[in-house]
Amino acid sequence: MDIDYQSKISKVVNGIAPSAIRRFFDLANEMKGEVISLSIGEPDFVTPWNIREAGIFSLEDGNTHYSPNQGYIEVRKAISEYLQRRFELKYDPKSQILVTVGGSEALDLIARSLIDPGDEVIILEPCFVAYKATVTLAHGVPVVIETKEEDEYRLKPEALEAAITDKTKYIILGYPGNPTGATMSREDLAAIKDVLVRHPDIFVVSDELYSELSYTGERPVSIANFPEMYDRTIVVNGFSKSFAMTGWRIGYMAGPAPLVAAMNKVHQYCIMCSPTTAQYAVIEACRNGDKEVDEMREEYNRRRRVIIKGLTDAGLKCFAPTGAFYAFPSIEGLGLSSEKFCERFLMEKKVAIVPGNAFGKCGEGHVRISYAASMENIQEAMKRLKEFVSDLKEENK
Amino acid sequence: MLNRIELLQLVEHNARVKISDLATMLNASEEEIAAELEACKKDNVILGYTTMINWEKTERETVTALIEVRITPQRNQGFDKIASQFYRYPQVSSCFLMSGGFDLMLIIEDSTLREVANFVSEKIAPLEGVLSTATHFILKKYKSNGTLFTQKPKDDRETIVL
Repeated sequence: MDIDYQSKISKVVNGIAPSAIRRFFDLANEMKGEVISLSIGEPDFVTPWNIREAGIFSLEDGNTHYSPNQGYIEVRKAISEYLQRRFELKYDPKSQILVTVGGSEALDLIARSLIDPGDEVIILEPCFVAYKATVTLAHGVPVVIETKEEDEYRLKPEALEAAITDKTKYIILGYPGNPTGATMSREDLAAIKDVLVRHPDIFVVSDELYSELSYTGERPVSIANFPEMYDRTIVVNGFSKSFAMTGWRIGYMAGPAPLVAAMNKVHQYCIMCSPTTAQYAVIEACRNGDKEVDEMREEYNRRRRVIIKGLTDAGLKCFAPTGAFYAFPSIEGLGLSSEKFCERFLMEKKVAIVPGNAFGKCGEGHVRISYAASMENIQEAMKRLKEFVSDLKEENK
Repeated sequence: MLNRIELLQLVEHNARVKISDLATMLNASEEEIAAELEACKKDNVILGYTTMINWEKTERETVTALIEVRITPQRNQGFDKIASQFYRYPQVSSCFLMSGGFDLMLIIEDSTLREVANFVSEKIAPLEGVLSTATHFILKKYKSNGTLFTQKPKDDRETIVL
């Protein structure tokens, strides 16, 4: 039978362009084993043992059932205590916290619960690939602000003001940021808050998945820390990045109770509840994970310095990242698109990194290098990068 | 400001990190790192650099023994005098004063079974002040000084779009 499957797929899904760099990822995976990969957006660390063990114990005890939709109250209490202790954020575990399947589900729930068709959502590119897609899938209209290297990829208040219309529903702030490693200081956020105070109908979705990984020497600030913004902010966080728990698929959102209730409604029909084993594990993570988190951060920080030095030595211009585990150097002037650069670097030097255009049009001219990899691999990759850049300069002569 | 503890933690696990790399990792100059390492040696904080070897992978057939020793402390000198009589033997690689059911723990590495037996029966047990000994042999090393002796885990994460 001859069925035109493409025509059966919804317009909105068909409207999402397949990832332009899919081919590159397939290539990188085919060559897995013979290449050094600095392309992966997840920690190379394995989940700390005490956390893994808590998951194992829960299985041994036979805890293999559904949990309440919103997540076990014990988990929500542990998250609430953790947010209070580490970020001075106060949320009621009963009504203000929803345990989700990673931060990604939280982003999806937010989009589906807040957006009516045609509503606009402000997104700062280059950014995590799911921001735009979750909005589009919820029939919203993503409005892109291109953040710039010269601003250290921070959101500028003028740019925000210019992007706001009477259709703006919310803005997604993702700091510390993927792929840039940018952070926003208290002063930077205060300036954004001042704009938003003038537009009281706009909500903020603050994606803080990387909040534990900030290297400024100060504890990271959330826009929800400002009393004027607390009631208008939904904090999205999780355990994937800070506790090296990507595969457990567990995260959460915290925000105003009526919104959390609405999102729980969507959550209960499409997910039921987040994985029970992971929920038991994160109780341990929240209560006894600080030391491991701090140690991982220190190791990332040392790698970050090695990466920045390696990029400088290779002659690439790079804004010095202050958070997450990515560097986002510019490859302009070398005569290659970011995709071509990554492809040739992969084929010629056997190192995988990610083209910047994967994270939005304005990411073109840059590449993302993850330092969630061993120090030896990072050092070797930086050596090869230096050779590669010098080869390119030779060619361009 | 160079953090001495962080520097020590780094060289503790890999004594062969280059000074230039340590300088980058710790955001310090090479001179500062070199001076701090020198100061650590002078202060007897860094006592030496050793190599972690898995002898089981070589043809050498040796054992590691842990010997618990109960002793009578001596007037004015406590346990120190008798401990010094033990740790002067070159085959004793570690010597600790312990709390609990016995007093001294001696570790003998890289010896044969017969050498350990002779050492205990001829050198330790007859010594004045020694009440009893108990010798344990290590059958298999899983982890030592923070290093796993099993296969190193491989990084086989897949590249995915995120």
